[in-house]
Amino acid sequence: MSEIRNYTLNFGPQHPAAHGVLRLVLEMDGEVIERADPHVGLLHRGTEKLAESKPYNQSIGYMDRLDYVSMMCNEHGYVRAIEKLLDIQAPERAQYIRTMFDEITRILNHLMWLGTHAIDVGAMTMFLYCFREREDLMDCYEAVSGARMHATYYRPGGVYRDLPDQMPRFEAGRFCSEKDAQRRNRAREGSLLDFIEDFVARFPKLVDEYETLLTDNRIWKQRTVGIGVVSPERARQLGFSGPMLRGSGVAWDLRKKQPYAAYREVDFDIPIGTNGDCYDRYLVRVEELRQSTRIIAQCARWLRENPGPVMIDDHKIAPPKRVDMKDDMEALIHHFKLFTEGYCPPEGEVYAAVEAPKGEFGCYIVSDGANKPYRLKVRAPGFAHISAMNEMAKGHMLADVVAIIGTMDIVFGEIDR
Amino acid sequence: MDGLISFWEALPELVRIMLKIVAIMLPLMITVAYYTYLERKVIGHMQVRMGPNRVGLFGFRLLGLGQPIADAVKLMFKEIVIPSGANKLLFLIAPMITIAPALAAWAVFPFDAELVLADINAGLLYILALTSLGVYGVIIAGWASNSKYALLGAMRSAAQIVAYEIAMGFALVGVLVAAGSLNLREIVMAQEGSLLHWYWLPLLPLFLIYFISGVAETNRAPFDVAEGESEIVAGFHVEYSGMTFAVFFLAEYANMILISALSALMFLGGWLSPFQGTPLESWFAWVPGILWLLLKTFIFMFLFLWFRATFPRYRYDQIMRLGWKVFIPITIVWIVVVGLMKVNQAPWWFN
Repeated sequence: MSEIRNYTLNFGPQHPAAHGVLRLVLEMDGEVIERADPHVGLLHRGTEKLAESKPYNQSIGYMDRLDYVSMMCNEHGYVRAIEKLLDIQAPERAQYIRTMFDEITRILNHLMWLGTHAIDVGAMTMFLYCFREREDLMDCYEAVSGARMHATYYRPGGVYRDLPDQMPRFEAGRFCSEKDAQRRNRAREGSLLDFIEDFVARFPKLVDEYETLLTDNRIWKQRTVGIGVVSPERARQLGFSGPMLRGSGVAWDLRKKQPYAAYREVDFDIPIGTNGDCYDRYLVRVEELRQSTRIIAQCARWLRENPGPVMIDDHKIAPPKRVDMKDDMEALIHHFKLFTEGYCPPEGEVYAAVEAPKGEFGCYIVSDGANKPYRLKVRAPGFAHISAMNEMAKGHMLADVVAIIGTMDIVFGEIDR
Repeated sequence: MDGLISFWEALPELVRIMLKIVAIMLPLMITVAYYTYLERKVIGHMQVRMGPNRVGLFGFRLLGLGQPIADAVKLMFKEIVIPSGANKLLFLIAPMITIAPALAAWAVFPFDAELVLADINAGLLYILALTSLGVYGVIIAGWASNSKYALLGAMRSAAQIVAYEIAMGFALVGVLVAAGSLNLREIVMAQEGSLLHWYWLPLLPLFLIYFISGVAETNRAPFDVAEGESEIVAGFHVEYSGMTFAVFFLAEYANMILISALSALMFLGGWLSPFQGTPLESWFAWVPGILWLLLKTFIFMFLFLWFRATFPRYRYDQIMRLGWKVFIPITIVWIVVVGLMKVNQAPWWFN
């Protein structure tokens, strides 16, 4: 009898379920995975090295492009590290705006995750439903920063500008009929906060809608319950964070444990799972969608009642007003210095982390007193998660690998950096 | 008219058969083409989007009705890439093996009481035989491609079809027992009476299992593991391009229509009017039977699309479990029940 050998299957980098450029070398015994070997580096862009050659405030845009589905959370991590280094505090209103946009980002990310995870498991309609809501949140991004994705909205010392009083509207034209424009503008008549509050009011019902399609669906449960189980101890050892850790039943969330921005003031709960399988992680993330909605509602209420500055009034760090520059020499000089040289934080090293949608996103900066970081290290949550690929996939079938990649919420921008 | 009939009579037998085949194939192919369009439109609307609406005909947009034609033309002009490691002969034969039975099965299909190409007594057996042949195309395609993804798809498909072929066969045995004939025309005739006489009611479990197995047989969602877009890319036809791919595509859709039509025929009374036996019967007497058949077929065709938009995909071993451990036992039990009903002449179906 001939000897039966395992065979290797190259899963990716060009594969519909590889979430970008994951190359997974699978050693398989029929359909069963014996060993899963993830290869990273295909999206390496040298972000950390690039940051070493630019003044501090010019690298914020690179952070957007790390985890390109949770843009503002990455900015937040980086900006917090700089603020810690400079020992400054953003004004309270900016803190609330950041909290609100962090949660908007969390919903953006989790919707993207839900859509792609569902399409990986075969439920393709979910994907389009999720993207419908993402569109509204992208519009929020666009309203504050002018960009739908790579906002560069958070700046050391606050945020780029205050929330707009007027939500941008659709114009009727060749591609948008009068009726369409009216329908789309229904929620856009007022300010951005009105738009966000309208979204917050209808979003929980939409989450219910997603849940009717998946949560009690027998096929969905068969595909996710008991797949990729990670015990709480093992999850800690592997360096998991975010929903991956909470899905295993560890109630660890930086927003609660090491509150930053305005998280101390807002009321929200941390959902945790019990079994640590794909289904629990799904439930945790869906609940986070609801909790994020709660936080956004609270922030929006606070922001409506409390106007104020959104940027510190220190022109060594924040640029002066445009009008001031017209007739104030000092302001002009500040502007010139800030945009050419930047600022030189004191020597030292800092680590600041935020609870990004995928887990703990942290920036470690070593400063030698120059206007550029001596070294920037980004702690991306996805890297620890993908390292557990072999452990989670072993013994499962090929179709489960896809579910596991989905449940990890992998985005290669942050893993390869 | 008389001239036409005498001209028809004068034609040689072979030519007459050929013309009949064309008369079946042509509408079928058009249906297949527009079924793909319907699928994109229906699923599009289920997913809050428009579906294709750009390609029109003769300069008019017409809701994108020109899309299937544009797709067909595109596929025909694409290069057929044959992988260097592939077995060229088998690689090219496989799509043909897939489509031939999908089309040939229509030979015994009665569109109305008199409208059938070959009214053979073993019609049901013939259809069963041909639909199970289709899987050879899939297996050969998977093997000949010399690709691991394709091979996995072929293996999955082979295992799946064995399981579901049995369930499907047993479901048909129930119909066979109930109707007492293998002839499709007689199976429909045996359902005459009223809407409640149709076999969907006495054979309800078999009806459901037949249709679900049909979905599995045609490799459609949620049983599309042989294609498994997100797992094995496109499964058995991952290496196919251009017209060879189109042929697989055509076969899949032709099979879906066949399964829909057979379900309508065997469980929903085929061309029989749903108002039979009710006071409304005479009102709808003018409706040709084939219209009812098409309507019923369409219901099932729509279900195929609805499933695809709704369900996640089963895992390969879960499909096996469903087939072997759920469907086959249920069909066996229900065949016994049908047998008992038949022997005891249960009213009102079998007396």
